[in-house]
Amino acid sequence: MKIKLHHIIIVALIITLAACKKDNYDAPSSMLSGKIVYKGEAIQVEYNQVPYEVYQPGFGKVGPIGSASITGASNLAPTYFAPEGTYSLMLFDGDYKIVVRPGQGPFLWKQTGGKVDTVVVSLKGNQTLDLEVTPYYMVRSPQFTVSGRVVSGAFKLEKIITDANAKNIEKVSLYTNKTMFVSKADNIAVFDSTTNALTDLNDIKLKVTVPAIVPTQNYVFARIGVKIVGVEDMIFSPVVKVTL
Amino acid sequence: MKKILLIATAALVLGLGSCKKDKEFLDVQPTALLSNSQAFTDSAQVASIIVDLYVRQVDFTSFRNTWTSMADFSESFPSENAQATIVQRTEWATSSWSTWDYAYIRDLNLFLERVAAATTISEVAKSRFTAEARFLRANYYFEMVKRMGGVPLILKSLLYDFSGDPTYLQQARAKESEMYDFVISEAEAIKGLLPANLVDRSRASKGAALAMEARAALYAASIAKYGANTPSVALPGGEVGIPASLSQKYYQTALKAAQEIISGSAGGYALYKGKPDLSDNFASVFLEKSAVNSEPIFIEDYKIRFRTHGFTTNNQPRYGAEEEEGGRMNPSLNLVQSFEKLDNTFAPMATNDLSGNPIFYTNQQDIFAGRDARLGGTVLLPGTFGRNRNVDIWAGYQLANGSIVTSDDRGKNGNIPGGPQGIQVVGFDGPVNGKEFTAQTGFYLRKFIDPAPGGGSRGTGSEVPWIRYRYAEVLLNAAEAAFELGQPDVAAGYMNQVRARAGLIVPLTAGQITFDRIIHERRVELAFEGHILFDMKRWRLAHVIWDGTKMTVADLLSNIGKESTKRSTQPYSLWPYKYYDPSSPNNGKWIYKVVLLGAVTAANRFQLGNYYSFIDDNIRANNPKIVRQPNQ
Repeated sequence: MKIKLHHIIIVALIITLAACKKDNYDAPSSMLSGKIVYKGEAIQVEYNQVPYEVYQPGFGKVGPIGSASITGASNLAPTYFAPEGTYSLMLFDGDYKIVVRPGQGPFLWKQTGGKVDTVVVSLKGNQTLDLEVTPYYMVRSPQFTVSGRVVSGAFKLEKIITDANAKNIEKVSLYTNKTMFVSKADNIAVFDSTTNALTDLNDIKLKVTVPAIVPTQNYVFARIGVKIVGVEDMIFSPVVKVTL
Repeated sequence: MKKILLIATAALVLGLGSCKKDKEFLDVQPTALLSNSQAFTDSAQVASIIVDLYVRQVDFTSFRNTWTSMADFSESFPSENAQATIVQRTEWATSSWSTWDYAYIRDLNLFLERVAAATTISEVAKSRFTAEARFLRANYYFEMVKRMGGVPLILKSLLYDFSGDPTYLQQARAKESEMYDFVISEAEAIKGLLPANLVDRSRASKGAALAMEARAALYAASIAKYGANTPSVALPGGEVGIPASLSQKYYQTALKAAQEIISGSAGGYALYKGKPDLSDNFASVFLEKSAVNSEPIFIEDYKIRFRTHGFTTNNQPRYGAEEEEGGRMNPSLNLVQSFEKLDNTFAPMATNDLSGNPIFYTNQQDIFAGRDARLGGTVLLPGTFGRNRNVDIWAGYQLANGSIVTSDDRGKNGNIPGGPQGIQVVGFDGPVNGKEFTAQTGFYLRKFIDPAPGGGSRGTGSEVPWIRYRYAEVLLNAAEAAFELGQPDVAAGYMNQVRARAGLIVPLTAGQITFDRIIHERRVELAFEGHILFDMKRWRLAHVIWDGTKMTVADLLSNIGKESTKRSTQPYSLWPYKYYDPSSPNNGKWIYKVVLLGAVTAANRFQLGNYYSFIDDNIRANNPKIVRQPNQ
């Protein structure tokens, strides 16, 4: 029999189809999520500023998940808490350890013998895990009012840590922005008040004038931030949308 | 039969002939490679090996590292859209500026061991090669400690025994103070072995060793002293942070090493004063390669046709340039306005009078008159002579009613309502907001720009040397050390030498020397030379100056000269306009406006975790003895 083109095509097709085999691992399917809390209340932080680390101990080199240099992957991002204090990870079932490094976040992570202690998670299916920490301060009952283009914020500050680790306030700030990312790095108008102006922690009032926004929008997002002496990350109030 | 026998005999002969020991057969000396013992038989050969080690030096800024390493920190604006991230990122990654080149350290250690083992090289040559390699090693460890703090101090080549257990090779980080002690003691040990001459300044010399020692001791001293301002930037093991009690000792070492150069014992170094025009003179410090310039101490040299760089190509004034290329680095108004007036006072550029009306200038550069001559030597000001013509920098016409006539491209024509039609309404060098490769801040760079024909072309390139250590820095190091040791009169003496060369001939008195003055003098004298980051780090001011808060125009124009508290987070611009009003005596005169470019969307934010660069996870996983940096 003479070999014709269509024979070759048929044979090639059969070989090609036979070579098709699912050769990939399943993607991780268990969601670990939660938030950083103090007595159940989420701690509000700045976008992309407070990192946490997740380790899966037992094999390979020691390094946090997301470490590009250990895995060799370039598309992994370090893990940060969202502005509202939440986190979420898609993982394989297994044992994990979570930790926030000293010097990160406007709070103290639990410590044992002077060293930070990890939180151990045995993940099997989706799981919610809130991470309990002790913040230096909490912003209580923030109220925003608007008059013209002036946004006013009134709030109380509760000092949570009062022992040897207690720290003073460096300044309090009222931030506004066009988007829901409201912080020191992302804002269109800010008012800073240094500690000298703070006489009563139960009655703090700040005002800021919002400049003209291009393109026009009749609302801004506002948030109060507290900078603590010697602590880099600020603690915030929840982001609130205010209509001008 | 006869045939078979013949074949069998031939086979036997061949077979026996091929019987050779494996060793004779396989161990053939390659003809294209030299063995270690061969390479170290002749001093010319060794010189070619150490050239490689010289070329592999690591600098924070240099002409090899491209211009972007100088363009950061709000001292300039990157006028190339691909580099806009410099003014658009909201923070520096903790891994910024890290270096961990132990392959280089190993090669230096191997070189030292092999020179020591060489038998046919003269002792004189061996001593100089050894001293040079020790200089390079100490200089790289200095570079590492500046960026990483204490690192493992490896001083001999390490050999793995393939036992499967590498723990005996794992070394912990040295203390930060031990790193500086090492640099200082190496400099002391080799300074006598190196020549004190000015002939070949790209090779290590006595002056280079002492300049390194003075700078290193000054860094250690200021970290010890100002580390108190950032108590959280420290590690319990001392890998980061130096005890405050050591600061005096280090300041004394710095002053002594600097004075050894100043006294002339390391060679006749002096400030360059070869040109009558003081701005030209300052620019020539970096250009003049002949022996009349005795200011450079240690340089990375370039030579046309052998080794050139494209720094001038990237940053020259673009209009009329070879290849029509350049204009990438635009010095910011933040830097420009910080150059003092000749009476030693600080003032913003006078754009408006007290009642807020614009000031009209007859000549475009009049607004810059009466300032520190280093301004004109560092920055190419609008209307002044660039590489081969006057630069054409102006943003448009301002009309009497306040409206502006301009255009969206370099040198484009436009129409003035009720006036001339089809005339040029914007400079050929810009500034046009968002138009890359023009003088978007209103300024080009002059420092390091090669005026030689062909220096700005892609093919020929520039042979301007990169100066790593120069005499003016030694004087400023001495001034800072003396000031911190409570000898302001000595400090004033050194500082006034540098200032007088820049036309600031009214000397500062001892009482006028303040910490702000020390910071300021280094900022303007050493601008774009790779100092600002490490200076701000060692003074623990980086998180204050680059605090992530956006600047207002009022922030920019106030408190000039208060360098230890004034933030500089966004590069500002100063745009010249021609005034058009035929009925006014000011017609055709110049006015200036302060502008924040649209591309500058973020503010520099230096965090406590940036003081010492991130040590990679992989490095720490491989060697668990390496401790993490603080605040990361």
